[in-house]
Amino acid sequence: MAIIETHNLSYTYPGATKQSISGVSIKIEQGEFTLITGPSGCGKTTICRCFNGLIPHFYQGEMTGSIIVADKKVSENPIHELAKHVGLVFQNPENQLFALSVEKDVAFGLENLGVPRKEIREKVDWALKLAGIYELRERPPHELSGGQQQRVAIASVLAMQPRIIVLDEPTSFLDPLSAKKIFEVIRELNRNLGITVVLVEHRLDLTAKYTDHIIIMENGKVMLDGDPHQILQSEEARLVGVGIPKATHLYRILKHEGIQLGDTVPLSSEDMAKLLKEALRTR
Amino acid sequence: MSVFSGLKFRKVYSPIHNLDPRIKFIYVCVIFVIAILYSELIPLIVLFFLQVPFVLLARVQREWVRSLRGAGYLAALIFFTNFIFKFIGAGYTILPYDVETTIGLTLRFVVLVESFSVFFLTTSPDHLGLALEQTRVPYEFVFAFTTAVRFVPVLAEEAQTIMDAQKARGLELEKGNFMKRIRNYIPILIPLIVSAIRRSLELAEAMESRAWGATKKRTNLYALKMRKGDFALIAITATILAAAIYIRLYVPVPMLHDILASWTHTAKLLTITLL
Amino acid sequence: MIEVKDVYFSYQNGVEALKGVSLTIKDGEFVAIMGQNGAGKTTLVKHFNGLLKPAKGQVLIDGVDTTKRSIAELSKDVGFVFQNPDSQLFSETVEDEIAFALKNFGYETEVIEKRITWALNLLNLTQYRKTSPFMLSGGERKRVALASILAWDPKTLILDEPTIGQDYEQKEKLRQFIMQMRTQQKTIIAVTHDVEFVAECNPRVLLMREGKVIADGIATRILTDPEILTQASIVPPQIAQIFLELPGLNLQKDIIDVYEAARILQNILEKRGR
Repeated sequence: MAIIETHNLSYTYPGATKQSISGVSIKIEQGEFTLITGPSGCGKTTICRCFNGLIPHFYQGEMTGSIIVADKKVSENPIHELAKHVGLVFQNPENQLFALSVEKDVAFGLENLGVPRKEIREKVDWALKLAGIYELRERPPHELSGGQQQRVAIASVLAMQPRIIVLDEPTSFLDPLSAKKIFEVIRELNRNLGITVVLVEHRLDLTAKYTDHIIIMENGKVMLDGDPHQILQSEEARLVGVGIPKATHLYRILKHEGIQLGDTVPLSSEDMAKLLKEALRTR
Repeated sequence: MSVFSGLKFRKVYSPIHNLDPRIKFIYVCVIFVIAILYSELIPLIVLFFLQVPFVLLARVQREWVRSLRGAGYLAALIFFTNFIFKFIGAGYTILPYDVETTIGLTLRFVVLVESFSVFFLTTSPDHLGLALEQTRVPYEFVFAFTTAVRFVPVLAEEAQTIMDAQKARGLELEKGNFMKRIRNYIPILIPLIVSAIRRSLELAEAMESRAWGATKKRTNLYALKMRKGDFALIAITATILAAAIYIRLYVPVPMLHDILASWTHTAKLLTITLL
Repeated sequence: MIEVKDVYFSYQNGVEALKGVSLTIKDGEFVAIMGQNGAGKTTLVKHFNGLLKPAKGQVLIDGVDTTKRSIAELSKDVGFVFQNPDSQLFSETVEDEIAFALKNFGYETEVIEKRITWALNLLNLTQYRKTSPFMLSGGERKRVALASILAWDPKTLILDEPTIGQDYEQKEKLRQFIMQMRTQQKTIIAVTHDVEFVAECNPRVLLMREGKVIADGIATRILTDPEILTQASIVPPQIAQIFLELPGLNLQKDIIDVYEAARILQNILEKRGR
């Protein structure tokens, strides 16, 4: 059984005339690093909120179809129960940190769950070290850079030891170098701890190389779903209007001109450089 | 914005900062009670200077003096209103008794303000929040308090950005008559309020996503533990309170003007004798 | 013309944001100011409309020292579009929002009407004339903010991080919009850390680091120089990265456009007997 599975999931926000997502059926396997992308308004933010129960419990509105996350039916489980299994990191770093010190923020979720103090301390320290912010633990959030704040947000979600971490455009407000650090932290969590990662992002040039599974949405529907190597070089992906990594685009143009470079579609500049080196060696 | 800089708590580590806020609060309340017990000038002066060692130990002298100046205006107002009434009541004469009691009233107010000022200057908001939590205040209130404090610098920055953005569209805050100047602030207030609402929504989402409300028995990463300094403060507070009550009941407290009168009388006698 | 002459600036909390910056931006130029967060980019551009005044040195807009003019006066020539449109939206309708600056600058009612219609048209917002700006989507609100600045047709346009949160198509539209503004001889200054966007526009690039300008030149030259980019903590655009990993081929040094790169590689691969 997949760790996230939806069947014909549709949702309308209260007071809205149109469905934000309609007929979404996706399967995300445990341990996968999945990227969800698509133009603004495609429903990717809505689907994120379905994963941890904010939809339908917090937002109300009309939800049809089914969604099962970590073997639990989302519609039948309260958010605080789902929060033990699915962590959600939001776009704006500032607005997810409420405490006056980093470690208190990281402890927030565990405190809410009534975990005994000794255990909180251990888990907080563990999460802080994984996110690379142990030295910042006594600082107030306002003194931190955006990138550091996001790492605090990741640590606070990590402390609850969820099986899935969903990140909704976590690097929108960050510069590329800070964004890269965040993606590396996430990748470590996925590779070393086996945490299933669902990342919603526009910047495919920075993230495509980490993913096992890509889902492209448009107008609330899933347009493409599968292996990033195949999908990102396809014509359909280009038509949807997502920011195809330039390396992939280059590969595609050359292929169009009749030049086939190797079998694996490159998703990063390193991939492409490797392909080119090989192609030029054998000539 | 300098108004908010006073609320930006700097992490100062002093023995006073590390004291349990609950004990500090009891101390402040005791000072309050004693200040009410006495209207004579001398004990009130003693009470005032009793704060000074704490201020110095906590190294918050500059901020404390600043709050003194702030209290000064209100204190002057209290002094003059009371004095005028006493003056008229005494048949338009200045009685030393009246002067002294009025100064006493004013000083009582100052002592109150100053002791609370020391409390707030030496207690960081998270420490205060923790104390509130451990005194069984419902967590919703504590959370609202600490979150509000946490966002003060963020709001200040946002207000500055909004002002810049509107100034860049030709808004001149200083221009116009009184009414116009108030209306000039609408393009600043509305974006601030809208942003505050949007922020609350995002915060609520984040809270829910971190299991808010999972159980009524919330635990805490920190715990306030009473240490040597706290017990020392309890002892000091108890002693001061006991002494104050004892003196009030059994020891006649002289009025300053009587003492001054007797000193001038003694000085006169001495001068006469010497000459 | 914007002239910056050895400008120093420090914030109230003591942070030295600008340490001796000198540069000139001529009318009609398109400049991208890049650098890490905290390098001083936004601090620098805030000097162009008088929001900040230099502690040392001078900033001259069309020959006049900025300390001699008010922010409102300078804003007539230098429009500043802030990063977050929600920092400025406050009106009941989009129309009122656009009229705000025009009223502040003292335009007459008939002129204001015409300007509003023109600005709405330019940014495809005509159908939202009587809508509340708070009802619009994020992208639409950005366009309303932009329209409200363009309404008074400033000579210079400063865009602070215009690509944040935008999807690929929105960035394309923005790029085309900038091109359109350039045909009207407007000076465009964009503060951004989006290398791919800058690579697609190929403007003049100013790299900043710790309050100083460390590089100044055309994007094709700056974005392909790995040493200077490392100093500014910037990652080169993907195409440049690919070419940098193929030193043995003696490839042309300043390629950032994907189609040019394809052409060059195609040539090489076909020459080698494919």
